[in-house]
Amino acid sequence: MMMINIVGLAIIALIIWWFWLYKPDQTVTDSNEVLIEVKNGVYSPASIQVSANQPVTLKFLRKDESPCSEVLLIPSLDISEQLTLNEVTPIHLENVPQGEHTFHCQMQMYRGVLTVV
Amino acid sequence: MNKPTTEQQLIIEGAGCASCVGKIETALKNTHGVERAEMNFADRTVLVSGTAETEALINAIESAGYNAKALNDSPGSDALEDKEAADWAYYKKLIRDTVIALSLGIPLMIYGLLIGEMTVKTTFQRGAWLVVGLLTLGVMYFSGKHFYVGAWNSLKNHSANMDTLIALGTGTAWIYSMLVVFVPDVFPLMARHVYFEATAMIIGLIDLGLALELKARGKTSEAIKRLIGLQAKTATVIRDNKEVQIAIEQVLLNDVIKVRPGEKVPVDGVVVEGHTSIDESMLTGEPMPVEKEQDDEVVAGTLNKSGMILFKATRVGKDTALAQIISMVKRAQNSKPPIGRLADVISAYFVPVVMIISVLSALAWLNFGPEPALAFAIVSATTVLIIACPCALGLATPMSVMVGVGKAAEAGVLIRNGEALQTASKITAMVLDKTGTITEGTPKVTDIVVANASNEKSVLQLAASLEDGSEHPLAMAIVESAHDQDIELLKTEGFNAITGMGVEGRCEGKALLFGNSKLMATKGVDIGNYSEKAQALAKEAKTPMYFAVDGQLAAIIAVADPIKPDSVAAIKRLQASGIRVIMLTGDNKETAAAVAKKAAISEFFAEVLPEDKANKVQELQWQGDVVGMTGDGINDAPALALADVGFAIGTGTDVAIESADITLMRGSLHGLADAIAVSKATLRNIKQNLFGAFIYNVAGIPFAAGVLYPFFGVLLSPVIAGAAMAFSSLTVVSNANRLRLFKAKDH
Repeated sequence: MMMINIVGLAIIALIIWWFWLYKPDQTVTDSNEVLIEVKNGVYSPASIQVSANQPVTLKFLRKDESPCSEVLLIPSLDISEQLTLNEVTPIHLENVPQGEHTFHCQMQMYRGVLTVV
Repeated sequence: MNKPTTEQQLIIEGAGCASCVGKIETALKNTHGVERAEMNFADRTVLVSGTAETEALINAIESAGYNAKALNDSPGSDALEDKEAADWAYYKKLIRDTVIALSLGIPLMIYGLLIGEMTVKTTFQRGAWLVVGLLTLGVMYFSGKHFYVGAWNSLKNHSANMDTLIALGTGTAWIYSMLVVFVPDVFPLMARHVYFEATAMIIGLIDLGLALELKARGKTSEAIKRLIGLQAKTATVIRDNKEVQIAIEQVLLNDVIKVRPGEKVPVDGVVVEGHTSIDESMLTGEPMPVEKEQDDEVVAGTLNKSGMILFKATRVGKDTALAQIISMVKRAQNSKPPIGRLADVISAYFVPVVMIISVLSALAWLNFGPEPALAFAIVSATTVLIIACPCALGLATPMSVMVGVGKAAEAGVLIRNGEALQTASKITAMVLDKTGTITEGTPKVTDIVVANASNEKSVLQLAASLEDGSEHPLAMAIVESAHDQDIELLKTEGFNAITGMGVEGRCEGKALLFGNSKLMATKGVDIGNYSEKAQALAKEAKTPMYFAVDGQLAAIIAVADPIKPDSVAAIKRLQASGIRVIMLTGDNKETAAAVAKKAAISEFFAEVLPEDKANKVQELQWQGDVVGMTGDGINDAPALALADVGFAIGTGTDVAIESADITLMRGSLHGLADAIAVSKATLRNIKQNLFGAFIYNVAGIPFAAGVLYPFFGVLLSPVIAGAAMAFSSLTVVSNANRLRLFKAKDH
């Protein structure tokens, strides 16, 4: 029984580490365009780092049929966009304040972060 | 990676002759990535195929000396149709998935209920359950693949969503059952239970829930669909003295457009010929058609009722009022009021927390549960994963906002964002600017009381000459009165406006002063007992102004601004909903009191200088009120910005009122009462949704974990959890849809 409890607690520790503590690698880009695919329940790449000095266009290509993926929100920049299925929706950003700006769907099930450095 | 070849259509501006065609086509063909470029001179469009970016094509055309834009920048209905087609295809797929999953799940469940033998005890049972297990795997692949792929992708991204919960829940049930089939001896006899029916039923029920939710969601965007549907698809343009029928995306600025009776106005413009009446109710909510003649503005999406007109396009594509309304409504529909923020924070942590609870629940059963503890542990862990519904929580706010903002737009009320919507529902005091808000805003001269002047006509001539050019509504009333009487205006010099008092200037060598008693006192003009006459006029809700020539009072000119016919009823609606209504005016106290009385308002601020309007708003805020301020959006901008919610009364379809949180597109104050009523209804709906979603999860998860088992011996079945989960988010969407039935009171 002890073993089972240890395994259970290890699973809990793994959940905490995997979802909250682990910081995934960011897609760092010098280009002023980033293509983000919306597919199978996720944004890909979901973590993007851009430079504060240059304007950047986030191009969202929605391939996910689920209506949940339809709306993209970047609350800190007051942006909300309707993503059309199988089309690229460009979001042009200029003078974005440094820091982390999360982007997500209406229900926050699809999540990503734009880091401006 | 090679870019795919695409076709793009661009509209060309500035191509006046057929020879331009060759120039434009050559410029495009010389652009890297262009395979083919063909221009249609008749409709000024060019079709380009290849891999070049739109921007490169526009640059090429611009360097050839023309302007160009992509042909997809209008709020056209095509995108909407595409979306509806995609939604319909997805709906059909979900229904097919549901049918496949339930075709296996329902018979299995019935077997379990009637026979009860869902265990592996004999070799025959092993074989039979193996076949069922493989069939369930087929269901998982055909009907539930999207959950597993979504869950895997999220997991790789270190995020978790609804798919994660469903995939883990159904996956755990299936793997456990297959282990029981393959290695039954590893499990205690009582724990050799299979849960294939749970896996198939959960997938089927959740697919069904998603399909029904998709249908219900479609209804939440009906208002925006109606607005987009107002857009005409074609326009009759006069080009080279000929009428050409073109798509509205191809209409250019300054095109002359013909609109026949019964046709929609395709873009915004100014009438250059003809006379008609136009129904603007679809945008402003104003039921009466509006007369239009030369130089009057017409707005895209409105309906021409009687005559034929020619008008010049002044705003096209994304710039039309209708396109701006659509984009504002869309933006507002997707914005969140602060009340939804807690749900957002919870949503962000929800799924991993549920996973942890699921593991804890399994451990609790294994440690303290009765036999078969392992089977109980598996059931409770699976049920916790399945019953938890992050979607209901996440959908609670946006769905209601979507319907509420759309509903408001239908009533001619444009709400800027979710925050404005929420604050509007809490307003306790509403400040109304008098002129143009409570009153028509078009004052007329009613009385001229001559003092030291020869006659009314000479008084009016001098006063109108002095006020000519001023844009103050009272000044315009004086000038209009002079025009009506064919009085010729004289040249004035040294015009000076004295804020909050009046104006001064010189005309034919005479020093003229025109304004209130403060101005006369400041300039040392004795008004004698004429102040009593002025007060008598003021008590009749007229605004008396003193006119002095060379330091001597010449006359009192009274101007009255009639109260809008429905202001009183609308103000009573506001008061009935418990809101303090306060009138604000630059008028003297007597006039203000008389107007307030007529408008059924008991509180007012009189003699308020324009720059003090904001201070009055602040005074009310200091008293603890949540203050709404209603004004014309231009003169009242600082007060509108300072108020908790600024309401701008638009004239017709003027939506570009940046300082306002809420824009009323028609002049009636009923729009104000409607805006507050719809905000309150929406907030009530959000609260119901949030309450339902919180209670569902807070009560459902412990129930699924088995907290009731020690007391009542009840443990929830994963299938029931699947049904509850599937219908919880559907309930949220359906409750939001109830808002569509909201109707502002009759007016």
